[in-house]
Amino acid sequence: MSVLVVADHDNKTLAEVTAKVVTAAKQMGDEVHILVAGQDCEPVAQAASKLDGVAKVLHADDPIYSARLAENVTELVVGLMGNYSAVMSSATTASKNFMPRVAALLDVAQISEIVKVEAPDTFVRPIYAGNAMQTVQSGEAKKVITVRTTTFQATGQGGSAAIEKISAAKNPGLSEYVEDRLSSSERPQLTSAKIIISGGRGMQSGDNFKMIEAVADKLKAAVGASRAAVDAGYAPNDMQVGQTGKVVAPELYIAVGISGAIQHLAGMKDSKVIVAINKDEEAPIFQVSDYGLVADLFKAVPELEAELAKLGL
Amino acid sequence: MKVLVPVKRVIDYNVKARVKADGSGVDLANVKMSMNPFDEISVEQAVRMKEAGVITEVIIASIGPAAAQETIRTALAMGGDRGVLVKTDQTVEPLAVAKILKEIATKEGAEIVILGKQAIDDDSNQTGQMLAALLGWSQATFASEVKLDGGKAEVTREVDGGLQTIKVNLPTVITVDLRLNEPRYASLPNIMKARKKPIEEKTPEDFGVDITPRLKVLKTTEPPTRSAGVKVESVQELVAKLRNEAGVI
Repeated sequence: MSVLVVADHDNKTLAEVTAKVVTAAKQMGDEVHILVAGQDCEPVAQAASKLDGVAKVLHADDPIYSARLAENVTELVVGLMGNYSAVMSSATTASKNFMPRVAALLDVAQISEIVKVEAPDTFVRPIYAGNAMQTVQSGEAKKVITVRTTTFQATGQGGSAAIEKISAAKNPGLSEYVEDRLSSSERPQLTSAKIIISGGRGMQSGDNFKMIEAVADKLKAAVGASRAAVDAGYAPNDMQVGQTGKVVAPELYIAVGISGAIQHLAGMKDSKVIVAINKDEEAPIFQVSDYGLVADLFKAVPELEAELAKLGL
Repeated sequence: MKVLVPVKRVIDYNVKARVKADGSGVDLANVKMSMNPFDEISVEQAVRMKEAGVITEVIIASIGPAAAQETIRTALAMGGDRGVLVKTDQTVEPLAVAKILKEIATKEGAEIVILGKQAIDDDSNQTGQMLAALLGWSQATFASEVKLDGGKAEVTREVDGGLQTIKVNLPTVITVDLRLNEPRYASLPNIMKARKKPIEEKTPEDFGVDITPRLKVLKTTEPPTRSAGVKVESVQELVAKLRNEAGVI
C-alpha cells in the first residue's frame, strides 16, 4: 500500500519541508501520494505534482481547510487511510497539531520527529531534547509519522504526478479560525534559511539586534535568538532557536553573544558550519563551533558587516 | 466547571540525560526528578482560572510509579484541589495515557483538560491531541493565551510563523506552551495544606485500558557529537575561512 504525505502550505506556496518529507516517504519503499488540503490552493497542488517520486496528488479544496484546523484535517486524513499503510508529515506546528489526532482515531502509536528511516518499520528519533537517540520498531498496521525535516534532503523537481480532486470530509464544526499574527519579514524563514545569524543575551538590548540584522541582509540570512534573549525581551518568541523553539539546520549558523546552553544547542547543532562570536573564551558554544572568534561582539559584528561589504555582498 | 490537569514526573530539566552504556535506555537511577516544566504551566493556568472564579475545581492526575505521588503533591501545593494517581511501573505510551485520561475526564465530568504541549523526556508532543480525538472534543495546542468566552475558549497559539488565534467549542483540550504564564512557587503553608488534600489511587486496569507498548525500543544511543573546530584571530580571517575553506558565503 502507498504512503500518504500531508503537504505543508499557506494556500499559495508549497512549503519546502514537504519535499523533505517526500524523501523520507520514498524510503518506506512504496508509492508516495501527497494530500493538499486547503482553500483556493491550486498552485500548491501543482507544485506538489512536480516533486520527484510523487505518484499522485490528492487535492481537497474547501473553505473548511483554509486554516487547516486540526479537527477538520484529521477527519479528511482518517477517511483516506483505508488506502494507505502510512501517513507522514513534517514536524511543523501545523502538522504536530493534527497528526496525533489522526493516530488516536486509527488507534495506533505515532512516531514523532524521526531523523532516519532504518527500515519501513524502524526509525530513529531524538529524545531528551536530542541528548539521546532512540531506535524504535513499530508493528502497527498503519503508521503515523512526523519527520524532523532538517535531516532529510529535499526531493528533486521533475515529477508529473496526476492531480485528483477529492471532496471535503464532513466538517466537525468544533473550532474556528480567528486570525494569524505572523511576523512579517522580508528575510527568509528560520526553518528554511540557508544561513542563520542568532543573537543571545550578550546583545544586551533589542535595539542592538539591528547590528545582526545588517549582517543578515548582506548574507540573505534569517535572524534567530536564544531563549535567554527572548526571555529578556530582546527578540520575539517566534525567533527562538532551541529545544523549546525552532530546530534548524542551515548551511551556516552564526551564534553571536550566545553562551551555548544545552537548550540552544539542541536547536542548532545539526547545522553544517557553526560560527561562534563570544567574548568569553570558555563559553560552551565554542565546543560545537567550527570557527570560533573570541571578541567583543559590539566590535566584531560591525566589522563583519564591513568585511562582507568588501566582498560585494 | 471542572478542569483536569495531567502532570508527568520526568528527569529534571536542569539535568543532562545520560545514555546507559548498554544502550538499553537513559539512566534514571539517582537522578533528580521533577514535574515536566510544561505541566507546571498548565497547573498554573488552571489555578489562575479557579482564582478568577471561571472554574470550580482543579483535579490533578498522574500516570506512573508510586513516586509520581510527589509530583501530584507539588501540583496540589500550587493550588490543585485533589489528585488521581494511576499507578504503574511500565512505560506508558502517549496513546495509552490518552485512553486513561479519557476515562478520568469522563468520570469526573471535566469540561476542560489542560496539558503541557510535550513531556521533556520522550518529546512526543502527542497526548493532548490524542485525548481530544478520543473524547471527540475540540483542541487548542501550543497555547500562549487562553480566554473563556461563553461556551467557547479563545486561544492564541504559538505557531511557526508567529501567533494564531482560534476559537474552540467547550468541552476542549488545551495544550500549553512556554509563554502562557510563569508558574508560581508553592508557599510553605500551601505545601503543608497539600499534604492533607486527597489523592485517589487507581491502576490502568481499573479503567480497562491495555497499556502494552505499541512501539519496541530496539536501542538508545548517544547522539553524534560535534568536535570543536578552530579559533580564528580576526573577523578578516573568519570571513576568508567561510569563503574559501567552508564555501558557505
